[in-house]
Amino acid sequence: MLRDPRDYQIGVLAGLLLYGLTRLHFDISPARVALTLSAVLVVQWLCTHLWRLPRLASHFRGAGVLTPQTLPLRGSSQFDPKSALISGLSLCLLLRANDPILVVVAAAIAIASKFLLRIRGKHLFNPTNGAIVALLLTTDAVWVSPGQWGNVMFFGFLMACLGGLVVHRALRSDVAYAFILFYAALLFGRSIYLGEPLAIPLHRLQAGGLLLFTFFMISDPRTTPDSRTGRVIFAALVACGAWYVQFRLFRTNGLLWALAACALLVPVLDRLFPGSRYTWADAARRPSGAAPQTSPSPSPRPAVAITSARVSPTVRGRLVKGLSS
Amino acid sequence: MKRLTSALLIALLVAAASSERLRAFCGFYVAKADAKIFNKASKVIIARDGNRTIMTMANDFQGEPKEFAVVIPVPTRITRDQIHVGDQRAIDHLDAFTAPRLVEYFDDDPCELRMMKESAMGAAAAPTAMDQSRQNSRRLGVTIEATYTVGEYDILILSAQDSGGLETWLRQNGYRIPAGASAVLGSYIKQNMRFFVARVNLAEQQRLGFTYLRPLQVAYESPKFMLPIRLGTVNANGPQELFIYTLTRTGRVETTNYRTVKIPTDTEVPAFLKQEFPRFYTAMFDEQVRRENMTAVFLEYAWGMAWCDPCAADPLTNDELAKLGVFWTGGVDASTGVRRPMPSPAANVYVTRLHVRYDRDRFPEDLVFQETGNRENFQGRFIIRHAWTGAATCGRADEYRRDVGQRRAQEARTLASLTGWPLADIHRKMQASNTPAAPQGEDAWWRRIWR
Repeated sequence: MLRDPRDYQIGVLAGLLLYGLTRLHFDISPARVALTLSAVLVVQWLCTHLWRLPRLASHFRGAGVLTPQTLPLRGSSQFDPKSALISGLSLCLLLRANDPILVVVAAAIAIASKFLLRIRGKHLFNPTNGAIVALLLTTDAVWVSPGQWGNVMFFGFLMACLGGLVVHRALRSDVAYAFILFYAALLFGRSIYLGEPLAIPLHRLQAGGLLLFTFFMISDPRTTPDSRTGRVIFAALVACGAWYVQFRLFRTNGLLWALAACALLVPVLDRLFPGSRYTWADAARRPSGAAPQTSPSPSPRPAVAITSARVSPTVRGRLVKGLSS
Repeated sequence: MKRLTSALLIALLVAAASSERLRAFCGFYVAKADAKIFNKASKVIIARDGNRTIMTMANDFQGEPKEFAVVIPVPTRITRDQIHVGDQRAIDHLDAFTAPRLVEYFDDDPCELRMMKESAMGAAAAPTAMDQSRQNSRRLGVTIEATYTVGEYDILILSAQDSGGLETWLRQNGYRIPAGASAVLGSYIKQNMRFFVARVNLAEQQRLGFTYLRPLQVAYESPKFMLPIRLGTVNANGPQELFIYTLTRTGRVETTNYRTVKIPTDTEVPAFLKQEFPRFYTAMFDEQVRRENMTAVFLEYAWGMAWCDPCAADPLTNDELAKLGVFWTGGVDASTGVRRPMPSPAANVYVTRLHVRYDRDRFPEDLVFQETGNRENFQGRFIIRHAWTGAATCGRADEYRRDVGQRRAQEARTLASLTGWPLADIHRKMQASNTPAAPQGEDAWWRRIWR
């Protein structure tokens, strides 16, 4: 029995990618998929080993990139491919580029950002989202095709997403549901105001890319706010931002831009509404459907958050392994 | 575990290293399927760089010119000099240049390896009266911002406060507005879109001597990269056919709110299609639309404008591109009004040809596009491979003939699958054109072992 939610997530993402490659003829070759996945694994392996070196750590500490409490110096020696694979599969589903080098760069940014960009031990950006936005900002040689999923396979896709949600063991389902509700309200509100037929917002809601974002990106438990209040506010902000980009700025990929922009607010939300830090090991231990515990203390820097911040990804990896064997 | 991971990494890297080799195209162009083979097809050419857009609209209006009037929504306020009359020949040329194509190859003598006999085939021929009282307009909440004649058209630029007023004004001025258009106009008005109305000035048309309606062009600057199709679906009898040709600087254009699907390409088809390629292409397109449940936009061509291989028509000149709205390369020098000599033709123009069949139910929203960095070449290309017909007496000749037989059978199956045509009909046509589907007993499996 697989206990780690990431195992299910890898399975669902791989299934979606296979479906996209074989039935929807995504603009990505199997070789490119192989390149992306190998790149994320190599970078993950490299970062794991580099971050184990004390002198490098002290160098970074001196440079002020990381604070002592954010840097998991001990116990980070084990290579943990699962999160990297999730990032790699997500990049395959979303990012398109002419030049394979850019894919490798995206993979490197995604994985390295997990090690470098941390605030109080927590990733700042969803790795895939951060990498895509960084590249979209710097080059016009990469792109994301929001229309690639179409709208006809709505039910099949919805089922896959809900399946993913279930195996997420409902630990962060609130953010996904809150987001889709806010976003749907904005879409319907705009269409009603404009006097458009409701077929238009319904068509927009059935976009496969939106569902993928809702259930596999914004719901990333490692980058969402710790408390439920924070997560609901976060979901509302992302929904508004995405709507603004699409219907006011008339640009594509509003979802990705909004998520990256709002990720910068997560530390503020965590300070205002503290809660317990998510770990994959907790998810594996916790029975299905159990809500995460929130800290009763209104203290802006709760002890629980600081302690859990010291849990490194690799320690979590080891725990999960122990439980599932 | 570590060893397994390393092995996996190496395998993935090896697979990645052998990746994405550019496929070289060759073959001789013999026929094309341009937009003329589809009835009632509209063509829109969108030249866009940054937020600047020049849209050229051509339609195949068949009725009396005096009956012709069109209401066109545009994303921004426009002034009179932003509307222009375009050149139909440039559009026809672009259509021919980007059309799906049929090419043919001739097999080598199986007994003389790498000795290729080539034969080029000839390409198929490429193909004011509006003086309504302004006061009345104001009462209806419609402002006529400009009225003037350009070419054979009378143009009215309108801004309206509400759709009811616009609809009433249009009716009062003799335009037939379909029921249900009001709601669509209303939603466009709330999105701050403007409208212009074009109708034919018969006297001007007679004076200019054109027997057809020339395309209209409008230039505007807006972040909206979209094409309003909703007005057209209000009263349409059945699905409509639309070709969109985009001319951009960077790369391929795709729709962001509908799936963009490549049409089948690089497939080998029976030789008799040389005589009926347009019929084949329409049948194939019908079948693809059916398979996608009429919810997709089809990509028919995407290529840099500087070259083509094989070319369905000569590449467009910079002058023609300028006529189609390409404003960022060559053309007329804005400061002096003098035409500049061009660098290599259209090196920074990328053309994408999209083909969509749509109706209101399956295309509820307007089409929204994005330009991507994708510069991978794509063309709709179908291949005829002629078998070697000369004398071949060596040992490999028998094997070659068996291969040809299997190839013919496969071509027939491919054609049936692409078009939905019955296999028996295809076999009959292949027999009639002297390329039997299964010569020398394709099913004679024993020949393979008892040769």
